[in-house]
Amino acid sequence: MKKIFTVAPSPHVHSNDSTQKIMYRVVYAMLPLLAWSVFVFGLDALRVTLIAVVASLAFEYLIQKFLLKVKPTVTDGSALITGILLSFNVPSNLPWWIIIIGALAAIGIAKLSFGGLGGNIFNPALVGRVFLLISFPVQMTSWPVNIKSGIDAVTAATPLGIIKESTSIADALNSLPSITDMLIGNTGGSLGEMSAVLIVLGGLYMLWKKVITWHIPVAVIATVAIIASIFWLINPDVYINPAYQILSGGLLLGAVFMATDMVTSPMTPKGQIIFGVGIGLITISIRMFGAYPEGISFAILIMNAFTPLINNYVKPKRFGGK
Amino acid sequence: MLKTFNLGGVHPPENKLSADKKIENLPLPKTVFIPVAQHIGAPASPVVKRGDEVKVGQVIAQSSGFVSTNIHSSVSGKVKKVDVSADSSGYSKQGIFIDVAGDEWMEEIDRTEELVKEFNLDGSEIVKKIQEAGIVGLGGATFPTHVKLVPPKGMKAEVLLLNGVECEPYLTSDHRLMLEKADEIMVGIQLLMKSLQVNKAVIGIENNKPDAIQLLTEKAKEYQGVSVVALKVQYPQGGEKQLINAVTGKEVPSGALPIAVGAVVSNVGTAFAVYEAIQKNKPLFERIVTVTGKGVSKPSNFRVRVGTATSELVEAAGGLPENTGKVISGGPMMGRAIPSLDVPVTKGTSGILLMQEEESKRGEVLNCIRCARCVSVCPMGLEPYLLMTLGEKHIFDRAEEERVMDCIECGSCSFTCPSHRPLLDYIRYGKGKVGQIIRSRK
Ligand code: SF4
Ligand code: SF4
Repeated sequence: MKKIFTVAPSPHVHSNDSTQKIMYRVVYAMLPLLAWSVFVFGLDALRVTLIAVVASLAFEYLIQKFLLKVKPTVTDGSALITGILLSFNVPSNLPWWIIIIGALAAIGIAKLSFGGLGGNIFNPALVGRVFLLISFPVQMTSWPVNIKSGIDAVTAATPLGIIKESTSIADALNSLPSITDMLIGNTGGSLGEMSAVLIVLGGLYMLWKKVITWHIPVAVIATVAIIASIFWLINPDVYINPAYQILSGGLLLGAVFMATDMVTSPMTPKGQIIFGVGIGLITISIRMFGAYPEGISFAILIMNAFTPLINNYVKPKRFGGK
Repeated sequence: MLKTFNLGGVHPPENKLSADKKIENLPLPKTVFIPVAQHIGAPASPVVKRGDEVKVGQVIAQSSGFVSTNIHSSVSGKVKKVDVSADSSGYSKQGIFIDVAGDEWMEEIDRTEELVKEFNLDGSEIVKKIQEAGIVGLGGATFPTHVKLVPPKGMKAEVLLLNGVECEPYLTSDHRLMLEKADEIMVGIQLLMKSLQVNKAVIGIENNKPDAIQLLTEKAKEYQGVSVVALKVQYPQGGEKQLINAVTGKEVPSGALPIAVGAVVSNVGTAFAVYEAIQKNKPLFERIVTVTGKGVSKPSNFRVRVGTATSELVEAAGGLPENTGKVISGGPMMGRAIPSLDVPVTKGTSGILLMQEEESKRGEVLNCIRCARCVSVCPMGLEPYLLMTLGEKHIFDRAEEERVMDCIECGSCSFTCPSHRPLLDYIRYGKGKVGQIIRSRK
């Protein structure tokens, strides 16, 4: 019999890139941060991350297999990212059952009810975090002490908390950690938001591997920097130095790892800049005038909601004009 | 900085396995099947019948309109039948079967290798000869060349661009031709320039062919108005609009022809065919075909008579590798997978690529992760993920608004998608439907 060959339309070759490879590159970029959190908070940090990861993977598998009856996609790496990011956004002393509830909100509500990977509008890890913040405000904001700092206390304030609580800027500056400590990550806060240097390093790795582009992180950070500088220049007695705004809280973590989530951010460079500027504006407004010390999570989620709209109106540059 | 086009593009592994293989004549086949539709436009109508004796270069099917071309016999012998058989599209097409006997050429064809530089035809005589010789774009598009040389009323060509890019992985036929027939190509370019009444021609060559760039740059000094630009390696630079953009910086507007920005693009292989047609009286009945693939024992470049079965080429390149899964006519990005080795070489066949079993499998299709890679590689600035969805959901009016008709089917989107989404399959479908809708409006 004559051999019949496979017939399929072109192209007949593929770049060999895969969704899974992209997801794992994000994971690699986060590993130094995880290591640092263990260094700073001890094994408690590892405990939180493991619970969040195992719970996220388990929920993804169980819900897909038994509730949705589709082929589980746990191995694609996306639930792993959600788990790690969720843990990066909570304190290291969070009780295990709260972490599990967070994972359920992230995977069950934010991701799978929207059709799974690629279908979700909101960043799953952030939905998990905000869900917990609203449901368990006390546990979510009692920060364990950095074991490296040598201070003997059960809870410590985060830099943003200090800024919000202080009566004056001079007062705040007294109790704030130094800029160097904030760069290295020798402060208090959620697991993943500690070290500015390592976050930027992870971001550079993702840029190099073409997982992200520069547009979103730069737009977010530049917006916050510009607005914070303007206020600071006008009245340095009321408004904090912009370096603190950028280095403190989850701003960098959010700008580099969460706002850049490809599923929930716009497709075109122009759209991404609009998205990033929006996040920056909302974040700084919440920080300066809102009730919460931190605003990046809300800001990203709000801009996530605008992403479909942005994609609809902001088109790539077409070849041949118009 | 080397020039290239301004939007998108990808860089698939080049795999130019046959780049240093000299062009060899493929032994004459015993029979040929010469389809009458080897070009874009109306099929030619056969003018021979069963039992007729034909010579090499004799017209066997006549052009049936302006956008159509003559078909010449590539062999001498007896017409066995006029019948249908599968061509590279996989569909049965009308063609002429000839049993080969000897190798007797039409008397007027000059078979010597001698370079003939001088000509004293005027522009319209050149166009007429090109039309009679059945010349089409040899880069794969197979658009009749004489049509391009007659710009629509009110439009004037300013520059002739020669495509020596060969951006498809694996293929080396144009590369070899540039190295071995540089002078002939230059004379062909002079003829094309004369017919278009332009005094400027630019040959674009990608930087992965430094020997061709060097040789042609050297040769160009002897020929008035011709220059060479080295281009950065970037697929799909061989696309007309991309080449124009890379060389001149201009963008052909959406829906318009290259002539709208004063450019006419022709392949270097076409320029060589023009040389042969006019200086040697030799119509287009043979071409250079690369036979290649990872498992192929002798990757080669052959001069092949049109109508020769693919199996003959494969045999000459060392036989069919055991684990061949797919056979491509053309390159891996835009070529066509052919169902069997009986398919004949036609004017548009630039290569035969034998792909191994594993290479030919498509990856599992996963959800779109909205990574925007397809958007960033699209050379036309489209949003392939969106066009695919619109095609899938039959939202054709929106697909038209999103400029689905601008898609040049380069495949960069499908090549890049990490979720292995069959973007171009659905975009093609959408293009087909939108095309019908547009035509029905007229
Ligand atoms: S095939 Fe069409 S949509 Fe896809 S990249 Fe090429 S031009 Fe763009
Ligand atoms: S490349 Fe694939 S996964 Fe990425 S946006 Fe395009 S279609 Fe979606």
